[in-house]
Amino acid sequence: MPKRRIWIAGLLGAGSFAGTIFYRRRSARSRTRIDLYFDDGSMLSLATGSPDADRLLPIARELLTEAG
Amino acid sequence: MDAAAAIDELKGLSTQIEAIVVASRDGAVTAATVEKERAGRLGGLARDLVSGADSVRGDLGRDALAQLQAATPDGSVFVVLDGDRMAVATTGADPTVGLVFYDLKTLLRQIAAPDEAVSAEPAQAPAADAPAGEDGDA
Repeated sequence: MPKRRIWIAGLLGAGSFAGTIFYRRRSARSRTRIDLYFDDGSMLSLATGSPDADRLLPIARELLTEAG
Repeated sequence: MDAAAAIDELKGLSTQIEAIVVASRDGAVTAATVEKERAGRLGGLARDLVSGADSVRGDLGRDALAQLQAATPDGSVFVVLDGDRMAVATTGADPTVGLVFYDLKTLLRQIAAPDEAVSAEPAQAPAADAPAGEDGDA
């Protein structure tokens, strides 16, 4: 039945679009972080959303903007 | 090697690095790939970034800060520290992290030891140069 097929195709398209948006947002969030490396070889990753990262990331963003 | 010549050489070799600033930890610029006024602002922002990162280090009682990467979807900021000097670089999104750190360390070595024969082949550097030992998110 053509009408049913159109509905299914529409639902699949909308689901695919929503999934893409969700994946892109999640991916962008996971890529935003500050990694600190210390003299003893250890590393600390400050993920976006943590107070320290939220204090330092605006400086990094301003630096990137300034660098052009 | 002269700081300006060293950063020019690195800029010519690296396809990932967009801007480079060599400065003291108080933000005073030694050499840069951008014009003087902008380099001064970048040096000041890098000083603030390192100062903030160093206060995190102090709060956690960690060893001295060696280097950092601030990653965003629009690009990354890299800072490598060597005594009172720091090398700052910006890249696009998803850079080869180890390679950029290696290039900046080589840059600082070249500037620190001008009379020594320092190997300067950033493009052929090993990618896994970042210190290991992830502690997880904070």
